[in-house]
Amino acid sequence: MKIIVAIKQVPERDAHLRIDPAGKWIEESDLQWSLNESDAYALEEALQLKEKHGGEVIVVSAGPERVGATIREALAKGADRAIHIDSDDLGQRDALGVARLLAAAIKPEGADLVLTGLQSDDLGYGQTGVILAELLDLPHASLILHVEKNDSTITVKRELEEGWFQSIDMPLPAALTIQSGGNKLRYATLMGIKRAKTKETSRVAASELGSGPTPVATLERISVPQKQKTTQILSGTPKEAAAALVEKLKFEARVL
Amino acid sequence: MSGIWVVLEEREGRIGRISWEAVSAAQQLGAQLNLAVSMVLPGAQTEALAAESASKAPGRLVRLEHALLAPYTSDGFSSAVEQFLKAEQPDYIIFPHTYQVRDYAPALAARMGQVLIGDVTGIGSGPVFTRQLMQGRLSGEYRHSGSGTCFLSVQSGAFRADQVQAGSATVETFTPTLEASKIRTRPGQPFRAAAQTVDLGAAQFIVSVGRGIKEAENLPLVQELAAALGAELAASRPICDNGWLPIERQVGSSGQTVAPRLYLAVGISGAIQHLVGMKGSQCVVAINKDPDAPIFEVADYGIVADLFEVIPPLTEAIKAAKQ
Repeated sequence: MKIIVAIKQVPERDAHLRIDPAGKWIEESDLQWSLNESDAYALEEALQLKEKHGGEVIVVSAGPERVGATIREALAKGADRAIHIDSDDLGQRDALGVARLLAAAIKPEGADLVLTGLQSDDLGYGQTGVILAELLDLPHASLILHVEKNDSTITVKRELEEGWFQSIDMPLPAALTIQSGGNKLRYATLMGIKRAKTKETSRVAASELGSGPTPVATLERISVPQKQKTTQILSGTPKEAAAALVEKLKFEARVL
Repeated sequence: MSGIWVVLEEREGRIGRISWEAVSAAQQLGAQLNLAVSMVLPGAQTEALAAESASKAPGRLVRLEHALLAPYTSDGFSSAVEQFLKAEQPDYIIFPHTYQVRDYAPALAARMGQVLIGDVTGIGSGPVFTRQLMQGRLSGEYRHSGSGTCFLSVQSGAFRADQVQAGSATVETFTPTLEASKIRTRPGQPFRAAAQTVDLGAAQFIVSVGRGIKEAENLPLVQELAAALGAELAASRPICDNGWLPIERQVGSSGQTVAPRLYLAVGISGAIQHLVGMKGSQCVVAINKDPDAPIFEVADYGIVADLFEVIPPLTEAIKAAKQ
């Protein structure tokens, strides 16, 4: 099986976010970055399928120079090679614009399976994998927790709402967006990290993959969300705060 | 162009509340832009459902009707709604932001050279559409540019279904051309993983734990707190993903929806997928060391501190208060 996994580098979960002076994006200079969580599960699913059925796992990621670190992490976990789409203007592209870049890089590979995470932890569009399927003319399913390979088809376990699931059969090649939690994630081993250094990453400029950004949906302004409630923050030592909370719950909210 | 169309979603023979929230959003946008609001219901054998739905809001209601639209498939729905959009040329098409919509609307939008502005929580003048970024830590305002239909989906709970302007719609039928051979996926019947033994929906007190607990070995800390409160223990998704608590204790869009008198969120940052499952709680308490965590946006009381330092004295204080 030849499996492509599209991965994204996103700000680390607990990163302190500051809005840039133009109010259009966050300050990126002092951020820590990591592999998007559901993409890590997509990679894990790909690696497990390769271990069972043989083949090749290729990761593809778009972004500036710093994305190289996330690509190396994926290679260290066991991906065979990588494609880095060099792009400094991802922020000016909408979901379709980014998916077009990825599709242009993925198409020549003729993969059996194209996996992405369900959604990114930064923009949270949750669309890239589904749009990729459309652009590559592949059957697809989203929110997938498990992939079972049959002869020329796959059976996937799809998450529905409120604790329900569903099995779906589909032919290969196909595209899937992977939900987190389906597998246990592996860590990169020392050996893996060592091996990653010898693996191939081909770099391709975004400009070579097609036209520049002509977004349909533009992000005009970002801001700190308005509070839906007025939160009373209880301060003091942990003991004082705990005592104050119990007082409030008992006499003000009257829920104890 | 033919104004604003809302795609109603049928599930188990009903139109869910989130579809009416989408109608409410559409009416709000329609009032701003002076555009008519209509509804379209894709499915098979929707006659009775369409008649019932048509009695709830004014305008037109089109049954997008074909035997191949049940059960749902991405190929079937994309093709049917595409044909409908080409015939009607709406200014806007608004979907409820459900798992089903997430499965096909982005592909359909791309097919028409458009981009879905998804998970919208507010509509401002312009119009600009507000949606969350960075797991709810920031919010972004989006604008649709260019000609063609603007695709939107609205987040569960963001608009008021009970504020839908009442009326009676005329029912029409649109029959798309679909071929069974073009539907590439074969969906099976929905199933549940296991019998649910915990009904968090009925719980009066819930202590819910998130990533901040760090390790499964630390769970007894919150279990003791829950016991002191007489509360059910619940969790955010990562805890269940890790197998630390069974999935039936998960609160959020993929788990249970709860509305207790007291919801005590411990080490939960408050991603939207979690908040939609608990924001109906009467009183929300958040304990988190990150003052910017979105959980504080819906909390009545907050303690910004390390949960490992706060929980033990809190458990003691609750025990003392209950005596």
